[in-house]
Amino acid sequence: MRQMSWFNVTSLTLGFVFLYLPMVILIIFSFNESKLVTVWAGFSTKWYGELINNRAFLDAAWVTLKVAFISSTLATVLGTMAAIVMVRAGRFRGRTLFSGMIYAPMVMPEVITGLSLLLLFISLGMDRGVFTIVLAHTTFSMCYVSVVVSSRLVSFDQSLEEAALDLGCTPVEAFRLVTLPIIAPAVISGWLLAFTLSLDDLVIASFTSGPSATTLPMKIWSSVRLGVSPEINALSTIMILVVTIGVVTASLINKRNVVRQRRDEAAAAKSA
Amino acid sequence: MRRLLIAIPYVWLLALFIVPFLIVFKISLSDTAIAIPPYTPTLDISAGLGAIREFFAALDWENYIWLTEDDLYWKAYLSSLKIALISTFLTLLVGYPIAYGMARAPEEWRAMLFIMVILPFWTSFLIRVYAWMGILSQEGYLNQFLLSIGVISEPLVILNTNIAVYIGIVYTYLPFMILPIYAALEKLDISLLEAAEDLGCSRFSAFWLITVPLSKQGIIAGSFLVFIPTIGEFVIPSLLGGSRTLMIGKVLWEEFFSNRDWPVASAVAVVLLLILIIPIVLFQRNEQKQREAGR
Repeated sequence: MRQMSWFNVTSLTLGFVFLYLPMVILIIFSFNESKLVTVWAGFSTKWYGELINNRAFLDAAWVTLKVAFISSTLATVLGTMAAIVMVRAGRFRGRTLFSGMIYAPMVMPEVITGLSLLLLFISLGMDRGVFTIVLAHTTFSMCYVSVVVSSRLVSFDQSLEEAALDLGCTPVEAFRLVTLPIIAPAVISGWLLAFTLSLDDLVIASFTSGPSATTLPMKIWSSVRLGVSPEINALSTIMILVVTIGVVTASLINKRNVVRQRRDEAAAAKSA
Repeated sequence: MRRLLIAIPYVWLLALFIVPFLIVFKISLSDTAIAIPPYTPTLDISAGLGAIREFFAALDWENYIWLTEDDLYWKAYLSSLKIALISTFLTLLVGYPIAYGMARAPEEWRAMLFIMVILPFWTSFLIRVYAWMGILSQEGYLNQFLLSIGVISEPLVILNTNIAVYIGIVYTYLPFMILPIYAALEKLDISLLEAAEDLGCSRFSAFWLITVPLSKQGIIAGSFLVFIPTIGEFVIPSLLGGSRTLMIGKVLWEEFFSNRDWPVASAVAVVLLLILIIPIVLFQRNEQKQREAGR
């Protein structure tokens, strides 16, 4: 291995400064005493206090969490099913259309997805609110789940499943006892991905929600349009913190699983 | 059992992905009306066959003709393409050295660097764009900094211009560019470069003759991953761009929410989709080729 050249060190340093500096500034200024967001006037946590007393934000946060939880769970079930169909079902009629429908929502501009779902809900005469946002979020995030899960399904040894079937398992048992534990890390990261996609979505939620339901991004959007505010900085800081803890925990769990799996495999190889 | 497994996700996607598009297409052929819903004709199947025939007779291409006549729309399409093209190029320029640095970093650092590139992708898109509003505004941190070190004497106007839009796009889409290029560069065999240098190649020409061609797949994939979603982008031009920043996602949003002209908004969506099909198909074909080459 060669020494890292000064060029590589510089480009990495500058790159990560570019990626992280805006968020660091935002976090620092969420502790600013002054209402003027660009002038530092001393340390204070008062904006966090105001945030906790702001009912509109709390309500929106509750709606967002509810939507994210239900839609990511539904999306995980549907996306895992879709992944199994893509990898294991072999040929069936309409397979091309099916794989097209899995990939297309990921590259579709959000404005189009949002508009089309809204027009569907209206023509069905559905009341718009939490339920319609859940349907919309489930639809686009199940595609991400199925891509994550199918990459795991492709890589694992199908003969394990066949062995379980030969030893008298029913297909459902084989799935529950053999396949599911193996693909579980992918299913969990699919769920996390769906959850954050839903938490984050502004455009599709704006189209598909009604007056009864406002999500946090929609609330942030309407206040951000008026300019930068210390309250939004405080809210952003909380959200950045939650995501960071989540991602770091997930990657630690994943790492531990990989280590344990390697150890088990090594033990199995020794005893054989 | 197998049938049910196929049917459930299939029907879900048909009902909530394909059918909505058919409805968008249908409404794009309708006329605007002051009613609820604000377009005409509406289909009433219970009224019998005659009503259905009348319904189809009332559909026309008027909105599409309108799109070609009013120069706002084709200017917005062209300007979206231009902004997407320029910002894809800028993202490549910023992303390639980072991906290169990551691939050349000591092996035990790479997993950490990888997570550090992914992490911003998980944080809210809206917040990442919002963070730049405070930096780029007239009294923002950038202007304060530049004024204090004496580089400029007047604050720069960056927020609400296309420059701010470019910065926003490069910033938010950077991970999409870095990751595929990093994946390609990581596989690259360093002994090839050493051989080239032994044979008298300068480092610079070895880079152009070996590294760049071998990371071509990553560059192509990353560029598509930035280019495709940028065309329909709405949040970045609305928050960082000015009134003169013309992008089709913003036009669609305003057509729908401000003008309440649903048929025109639908026609805008259909045309945008037709424009996007070309890069999407090219991208899929490229991915397919790569997968086959990988086998």
